[in-house]
Amino acid sequence: MQSQEQYYVPTGSYWPILGSVGMAALLGGFASSLHGSGMGTGMMVLGFAIIIFMVFGWMGQVVNESEAGTYNLQVDQSFRMGMGWFIFSEVMFFAAFFGALYYVRNFAVPWLGGAGNNAFTPTLYPEAFKSVWPLINMPLPENFSVPKGIIHAWEVPAINTLLLLTSGATITWAHWGLKNNHRNNLIGGLIATILLGITFLGFQAAEYAEAYMELGLTLKSGIYGSTFFMLTGFHGFHVFLGTLMLTVILMRVLRGHFNSERNFGFEAVAWYWHFVDVVWLGLFIFVYWI
Amino acid sequence: MLSTGYSIHSPLRYKLAPFLLMLILIVCLPSMAHADFGVNLPEGVTPISNKIYGLHMTIFWVCVAIGVVVFSVMIYSMIFHRKSKGAVAANFHESTAIELVWTLVPLAILIMIAVPATRVLIDLENTDEAEMTVKITGYQWKWQYEYLDEKISFFSNLAKGAREATRDAEKRGSIDHYLLNVDKRLVLPINKRIRFLMTSNDVIHSWWVRDLGVKQDANPGFINDSWATITKPGIYRGQCAELCGKDHGFMPIVVEAKTQEDYDVWIKEQKAIAAAAAAAGDREWTKDELMVKGQEVYSTSCAACHGVTGQGVPGAFPAMAGSKVVTGDVKEHIKTVMDGRAGTAMQAFKGQLDDAAMAAVITYERNAFGNNTGDLVQPATIKAAR
Amino acid sequence: MATTTSDIQTEIDKHDDHAGHDDHHHGPEKGLMRWVKTTNHKDIGTLYLWFAFIMLLVGGAMAMVIRAELFQPGLQLVEPQFFNQMTTLHGLIMVFGAIMPAFVGLANWQIPLMVGAPDMALPRMNNWSFWILPFAGAMLLSTLFMQGGGPAFGWTFYAPLSTTFAPDSTDFFIFAIHMLGFSSIMGAINIIATILNMRAPGMRLMDMPLFVWTWLITAFLLIAAMPVLAGAVTMMLMDRNFGTSFFDAAGGGDPVLFQHIFWFFGHPEVYIMILPAFGVVSQIIPTFARKPLFGYSSMVYATASIALLSFVVWAHHMFLTGMPIAGQMYFMYATIMISVPTGVKVFNWVTTMWRGSMTFEVPMMWAIAFVMLFTIGGFSGLMLGIAPADIQYHDTYFVVAHFHYVLVTGALFSIIAAVFYWLPKWCGRMFNEKLATIHFWWAVISVNVLFFPQHFLGLAGMPRRIPDYALQFSDFNMISSIGGFAFGASFFLLTYIIVDTIRNGKPVKEARVWESAKGLEWTVATPAPLHTFDEAPTRELILAESSHTGSH
Ligand code: HEA
Ligand code: HEA
Ligand code: HEC
Ligand code: CUA
Ligand SMILES: [Cu+2]
Repeated sequence: MQSQEQYYVPTGSYWPILGSVGMAALLGGFASSLHGSGMGTGMMVLGFAIIIFMVFGWMGQVVNESEAGTYNLQVDQSFRMGMGWFIFSEVMFFAAFFGALYYVRNFAVPWLGGAGNNAFTPTLYPEAFKSVWPLINMPLPENFSVPKGIIHAWEVPAINTLLLLTSGATITWAHWGLKNNHRNNLIGGLIATILLGITFLGFQAAEYAEAYMELGLTLKSGIYGSTFFMLTGFHGFHVFLGTLMLTVILMRVLRGHFNSERNFGFEAVAWYWHFVDVVWLGLFIFVYWI
Repeated sequence: MLSTGYSIHSPLRYKLAPFLLMLILIVCLPSMAHADFGVNLPEGVTPISNKIYGLHMTIFWVCVAIGVVVFSVMIYSMIFHRKSKGAVAANFHESTAIELVWTLVPLAILIMIAVPATRVLIDLENTDEAEMTVKITGYQWKWQYEYLDEKISFFSNLAKGAREATRDAEKRGSIDHYLLNVDKRLVLPINKRIRFLMTSNDVIHSWWVRDLGVKQDANPGFINDSWATITKPGIYRGQCAELCGKDHGFMPIVVEAKTQEDYDVWIKEQKAIAAAAAAAGDREWTKDELMVKGQEVYSTSCAACHGVTGQGVPGAFPAMAGSKVVTGDVKEHIKTVMDGRAGTAMQAFKGQLDDAAMAAVITYERNAFGNNTGDLVQPATIKAAR
Repeated sequence: MATTTSDIQTEIDKHDDHAGHDDHHHGPEKGLMRWVKTTNHKDIGTLYLWFAFIMLLVGGAMAMVIRAELFQPGLQLVEPQFFNQMTTLHGLIMVFGAIMPAFVGLANWQIPLMVGAPDMALPRMNNWSFWILPFAGAMLLSTLFMQGGGPAFGWTFYAPLSTTFAPDSTDFFIFAIHMLGFSSIMGAINIIATILNMRAPGMRLMDMPLFVWTWLITAFLLIAAMPVLAGAVTMMLMDRNFGTSFFDAAGGGDPVLFQHIFWFFGHPEVYIMILPAFGVVSQIIPTFARKPLFGYSSMVYATASIALLSFVVWAHHMFLTGMPIAGQMYFMYATIMISVPTGVKVFNWVTTMWRGSMTFEVPMMWAIAFVMLFTIGGFSGLMLGIAPADIQYHDTYFVVAHFHYVLVTGALFSIIAAVFYWLPKWCGRMFNEKLATIHFWWAVISVNVLFFPQHFLGLAGMPRRIPDYALQFSDFNMISSIGGFAFGASFFLLTYIIVDTIRNGKPVKEARVWESAKGLEWTVATPAPLHTFDEAPTRELILAESSHTGSH
């Protein structure tokens, strides 16, 4: 019989059921509030609070167990695989939106203009409709917010690209610091990454403000506005989450957690950050640039 | 032996059992071939539907053949390679050669199927010059047919009486083609290459007439096309083939194919009818006339959603009985019916109802279901409002 | 064989020892809280299986409403709008509530046992994956009681019927789908991590039982497909409530875009529901044919090929949406290609039976029925895949017949086979074989009476998703409904058999419940103790227990 280091199987836990209750309250509350139920918003806030409580409680427990040395390398490996495949699932989530963008640009919009086997389709629309990308003029513009212009790639988005690419470098720098036991580099790298992330978010907020206030480019601006805001919005949300997670990691580093061998939490967040980075490159190229 | 485990010994039952199963299936399968038995596709009346039928039979028999081979081997070993017969298990478990064979042979069969399939597909998409064009628009839950060359346009609803027959078995038996009949047929000439343009006013519908070999989705905002050359005069029936809401099961299609001469006569008639309807809007109507006509229009055009007694469907379709719009300002009422409500199932009826029908249905709504407003709306008012 | 057997016996004794008096494990909590808090893969597997069973009854009851309404022409029992809600929720609940959770339950129970792991890789997350389901299911079902009724746009929820023209409850439906997806993704991550990281050190990938292999590949499909569904419902949510126009041509979008996104998920989804079934059958047939599985490695490659192909065939559900001809051709060729690896599997099963020494215990009968009836469903799938022929089949009962053959006599039958195969190991009791045999024949005959005539109905021109039909469809509908009621009633018997087994079944002591079953799960005590494989099995044991190395 081969012996194997004991794999840690936790005893029962309340966190998951709490998470489910929170999730149901949050989403159920949101759906109710969309249809004017007064209770909906309250339920949503409550659900959100429960989820925050659950995340901190659960993760806190995991951190404590980890610091107590409960996990062997095999457990560590399970966590790594878990994070890796989770990121893959996120990639597929973004793929749905990139796919939608690809489809409308290459198929739907040209078809609306009569391309392919849609020779008769344009008869449904006023002559003024031109099927070009970016689609500033919708086929039937009455119910939409027709924008005066769009956000151009080589302005704020280019700066944001630079910011995120730099942040990819700073997080790697922090990682080296961790690997080589240079705690100051680690802390400095983390702080720099967090600041870059916040700056990115600031620029993006400014960009959204410009789009909404000055350009009239909104979610209601037809398919261009839809794909633009959904892609950049979900990405921005991920940057926000990533920044939060980096902050938590920074706190843990300041408490002396992690070393060159045991650093799953750090690396998981670093992977996540790189993933967010790569998604941005896709956005920059396909949403803003070409 | 570590354990005896469990095994049941009841040879006879098991000998019969697989046969029983196969019997049901194999015997049922070929009966599909008898077209007039109502269990198979018809050959249809267009070149395309004939080709599809041929293709269908080919792939069907290929499947039957493969099935017979696979199931025979299986049943043979179930009968002869059983423990109770003293069969001793062999121990082979791999053979690259045989694996290769049963990868390549099916592949070859597939290619044999793919070749004729591709031919039919190419035929199908042939978009040569059409000799006439009909634009078909799906609505919840009716079809609009526009003869683009003749400038004729009309709506085709579920035939009168069918809705009542849904709850009355006796009527179902006596009514003509229950659920497969319409108030106004799509009339087409034979031996002409006809192009159908399909689109929709609201959700996705699908225009399907089996005998023509045509089924094509009608997508809102886009126009698909499809074509047919009918070779035989006759009446061909079909149904909407894409879930389009509550009455998806109640939007039949009836095509009547006529010889060119008969078709020409029909076209003349249609133009005369259209002229008469326009003239009807020019005179003053009495209340009784409006109410009678209004009830008729209401039951074909509105009752599907707002209910025969104006009660609606809570949460989906508002009631007409006691509605603020129907018992309130006439202008608002007219506007609602003429333009519909964007983004809801309430469609614009401007293009569907002529002045007289519009006036009648509005008058009817305002004086039926207990809405005793006493208002009269004349066709002239509608004309002015257009 | 004699020597290995005695080795195994000692092996088992050790395990017995272990489970018997082991105090570094805290025993399970008592009462409800045990199930709420549990992190044990067997407990969670049990929860999944019961949840799936209840949902099967709920979804089945809805199917009974459908069949009762269709028993005769005319509107007898329900209003058309309610009928559509039944169709929609029946499809959704069967797919997301019954079949998928049942397979995840089987995975939870069996994978750690089959790879010699002490538990799933991430036990707390495992609990969460399960406990999201009842909430999501409740949210989905609650829509039935809301103003305007529940979702009535089919389980495929095509826009714009599900966006502009749908009732308010649709937003609850959207969030229920989000939760179900989240649960599936977490479950799949856990399964992959367990298989790749928790295998006994002596087990190589190509030593793994096929059930484990098929689940590894299924888990990959889940992680790749479910997020796309989440994307689709998110776009719906935005279109419905926040003014975007993904699926609205007036703003430059396209309703057909919805179908592309949905089926990019939806087609892999149907293989998510069949690959584990292939795995189950590949475990059962060698056991009762007393012969190693034929073509183990080709089974693995075939499964992987099916999975990869499943991502590039989605638009065979959309041949009539106005797709350009090149698209139709491509999707037709890619679709029918799937018959090749699937055929390899069927041929391998048949060859495993060939020159075996077969007995026909209950699980084997279900497995054999699976092979035959799934193949019939596969044939009709092939016919649907021929683009020009699909003009006549699409959205008719021919399609309904096709997918019930692959889903009911395919996926569901394999689940029933698996339960009969492993239930004695789980609870240490044998089911009543007489009753189970009667149940088998009852179910197999009635299910064919239920679904076979639907082929005829479809070809004769009956569209799907209609509450009422023209009179020429009456006879076959009545036959189908009678078969449906009989098949539905068979579930009363099934419920009785299972409950009776758990409570009063004849105790089974042998670790190896079926005399020639192979696999690590048959080396642990019966009933399987709560904690197994605290110590990994050796490579010798793994090889001896392999069903495909020829060591039979
Ligand atoms: C478990 C689920 C499952 C499985 C395994 C399959 C398997 C297949 N399906 Fe099916 N399908 C569904 C579930 C499934 N399907 C569902 C739910 C729908 C409807 C969705 C909806 O609209 O609601 C559907 C609809 C559907 C359509 C759309 C029909 C339409 O709406 O018009 C098509 C079209 O191509 C199709 C094709 C196929 C094919 C080619 C296979 C192949 O994988 C089958 C391969 C198997 C075999 C062919 C048999 C064994 C092989 C041999 C013995 C080898 C020799 C054979 C030959 C060489 C022919 N399916
Ligand atoms: C995933 C698996 C799955 C399973 C297992 C089933 C099981 C069954 N299905 Fe269904 N079905 C689908 C998936 C499935 N289905 C899907 C995806 C659709 C498409 C939906 C859509 O169009 O959007 C569909 C659609 C569908 C239709 C077409 C509806 C329409 O187009 O309008 C029909 C009609 O006969 C039907 C019937 C049945 C029946 C009789 C069973 C039976 O096998 C069920 C047997 C089980 C029980 C009956 C439960 C147990 C018994 C009880 C709870 C006691 C009560 C019993 C009695 C009163 C007798 N199903
Ligand atoms: C396909 C379904 C459908 C059909 C057919 C239909 N309606 Fe409607 N109707 C609706 C819906 C849905 C609304 C609610 C619109 C909203 O939410 O503003 C509505 C609203 C109305 C209203 C306003 C009621 C109110 O209280 O706000 C009137 C009046 C009306 N319809 C008249 C008609 C008439 C007259 C016809 C036939 C000529 C008709 N409708 C046919 C779906 C339909
Ligand atoms: Cu129109 Cu279905
Ligand atoms: Cu498919």
